[in-house]
Amino acid sequence: MRKTVLFGALTVAGLAASAAAAGTLDDVKARGKLNCGVTTGLAGFAAPDANGEWNGFDVDVCRAVAAAVLGDPKAVEFVPTTGKTRFTALASGEIDMLARNTTWTFSRDVDLKFDFVGVNYYDGQGFLVPKELGVTSAKELDGATVCIQTGTTTELNLADFFRANNISYEPVPIETNAEGQQQYLAGACDTYTTDASGLAATRATFEDPSAHALLPEIISKEPLGPLVRHGDNEWGDLVRWTLNALIAAEEYGVTSTNIAELSAGTNNPEINRLLGTEGNLGEMLGLSADWAKNAIMAGGNYGEIFAKNIGEATPIGLARGLNAQWTNGGLLYSPPFR
Amino acid sequence: MSDTHEHSVAFVRTQAVPAAPPPFQATGPVKWVRENLFANIPNAILTLLSFYAIYVVLSATLPWMLNGIWNTQSLAECREILQGATGACFSVLVERWNQLLFGFTYPAEIYWRPTLAFVLLFLAAAPVLFFDLPRKLLVFTALYPFIAYYLIWGGTVWTPVFALLGVVGGFLVYVRFVRNSFAAGFFGGIAAAFVIWWIAGFIVPMLAWENPVLAAVPSRDMGGFMLNMMLGVVCVSLSLPIGIALALGRQSSMPLIKIICVVFIEFVRGVPLITLLFVASVVLAYFFPPDATIDLILRVIIMITMFSSAYIAEVIRGGLAALPKGQYEAADSLGLDYPQAMRLIILPQALKISIPGIVNVAVGLFKDTTLVSVISMFDLVGMIRGPILASTEWNGVYWELFMFAALLFFIVCYGISQYSQWLERRLATDHR
Repeated sequence: MRKTVLFGALTVAGLAASAAAAGTLDDVKARGKLNCGVTTGLAGFAAPDANGEWNGFDVDVCRAVAAAVLGDPKAVEFVPTTGKTRFTALASGEIDMLARNTTWTFSRDVDLKFDFVGVNYYDGQGFLVPKELGVTSAKELDGATVCIQTGTTTELNLADFFRANNISYEPVPIETNAEGQQQYLAGACDTYTTDASGLAATRATFEDPSAHALLPEIISKEPLGPLVRHGDNEWGDLVRWTLNALIAAEEYGVTSTNIAELSAGTNNPEINRLLGTEGNLGEMLGLSADWAKNAIMAGGNYGEIFAKNIGEATPIGLARGLNAQWTNGGLLYSPPFR
Repeated sequence: MSDTHEHSVAFVRTQAVPAAPPPFQATGPVKWVRENLFANIPNAILTLLSFYAIYVVLSATLPWMLNGIWNTQSLAECREILQGATGACFSVLVERWNQLLFGFTYPAEIYWRPTLAFVLLFLAAAPVLFFDLPRKLLVFTALYPFIAYYLIWGGTVWTPVFALLGVVGGFLVYVRFVRNSFAAGFFGGIAAAFVIWWIAGFIVPMLAWENPVLAAVPSRDMGGFMLNMMLGVVCVSLSLPIGIALALGRQSSMPLIKIICVVFIEFVRGVPLITLLFVASVVLAYFFPPDATIDLILRVIIMITMFSSAYIAEVIRGGLAALPKGQYEAADSLGLDYPQAMRLIILPQALKISIPGIVNVAVGLFKDTTLVSVISMFDLVGMIRGPILASTEWNGVYWELFMFAALLFFIVCYGISQYSQWLERRLATDHR
């Protein structure tokens, strides 16, 4: 979803990208700050608190990269971007990386000349219904009115899903998530559809969340991940392996509490290489040996970041689902640190 | 005759009868009610319907307002306290008022600086708005932009000082040359100002101290209602003179100037403001190297000023067109040259006619400053739509926040409108 893009501007973006790209790592080090693009506000993923401190799932990715490069998770300049300004901000060099729950699609990767460095959240389009409607499956939604954000890929996914199942629906077009939330609560539509994580966050704000249910069907693939510009592979590698380090740390049981102990040396060579007590992985990236240790200490490993921002103990209350480690039946699978 | 009359009546009252009180129905509140609310049957029906409508509105909103909760940490706590009863959750205003007014990154310990700039704004605007005040106060008005810049952005004091020097230098050159020719004075003044600023670009970094008295605040940290006020005040005050120049240029007999003004006005008016803002925030970034961009707020101010000056130019052109041709001819017959005729005869009348239109543009412009939220600047509406509604504590609070925003905008816009009505009455010299 979120495909509304200024295509005209992006043509220019492609031209400018190569000019602005070289040596991002040196630029960041010289500046002493990482410019990281985030959303202007999405509950659980990125939002400033009452003191103006940014918090959230995507924010912690930025902080991890800043910690890996500069050794300081606070050395981040958060640049808020909207769905319309995010790609140009990245292409023009205003930001070094974008961590703004952006779906990895073919055209964004190839045509817009960006590099998605991985997936930090596997999302998919779901349906939210009031329980009193008595619907337990999306296939029972024949003839339903559906609140849907216009100009997004969710709109196309919805049409595909209903056509494939040979049932009909009546779309109620809405502009923003806040409007969708209001329309749905006012009863203007039987069901509201958008990314499942967004639905969960929306439902968490209702006066009586238990009166509403997410249907089990997920009708699209929305792999969300951080991205960088084409043309600076060293920087792309760095962001990619920082994300992998967070994921691998969870797999190997490295947490922010035991990392000090583990970095003294363990008898697991994989952990030793990750934390820099063995091998020279940091040197290969052009960083210090303890880069991954700093990244993990910034906000914890992937599992800790997930639990802290959007996990089941938070008001957002998302289950791990697809975002569990591959060892637990999820899709998170970091290539080896070797 | 008079004698007979004198004795034909037994009693003559020598004093006036004391006035009896008017009948009960013809006095006081009862009379007012009878005349204004229940004068006849249709009036009475309408009155009753209006009372019912007021009752419906108040019965829905008053409990919600009066039952409001002011001291919780999150929306969930509000709902817990209310237990399903209607009531507003004003706590969000208590917790986030500073973000709504100043944006979420402006350092809290220096809120006094923009506040002081805001208070001084009234002092600076007073002599411009109320021309009965002593003219010497205009000196402060002229200094105010530099003081306000220094207060809000901080940093080295030499930046505003040299900016002021540039303006003063330009003005002196203008005064020196304007006797010979207006164009020489005008362009010479602008050139002199730019020369001074260009030189200052080298001097200021040398003079700047490590730790300035007022800590520097980057533009990215400006936000909230402060940003709306900054954009509104700067753009309105800049677009008025530019608009006048454009309107006069459009009527010029010199084809080049006329064509430039017509093209500018028609092009800018033909493009939506939001497009100009996108150009400012996104496209301009490609024209500069990544580390040497022009400040985003400056870019936005330029765009909004362009937009509103094109509108004001057309409003003033309407005022110029409304003047009878005799006024122009009268000015010519007095032997006044063009600047004198414009300054003494034409513009005072044309501007007076244009006041409602100019105020209309100013109010619209002030509200349009909320559009900057779409280019990810956190003005008042941007703060509400972005960070505050996206926080896990306050996601779902709409009415309280948007009513607060509406209240702030209403106060300012109503103030502008009241001032313009006062101004129209004050300047009313014709016989109506």
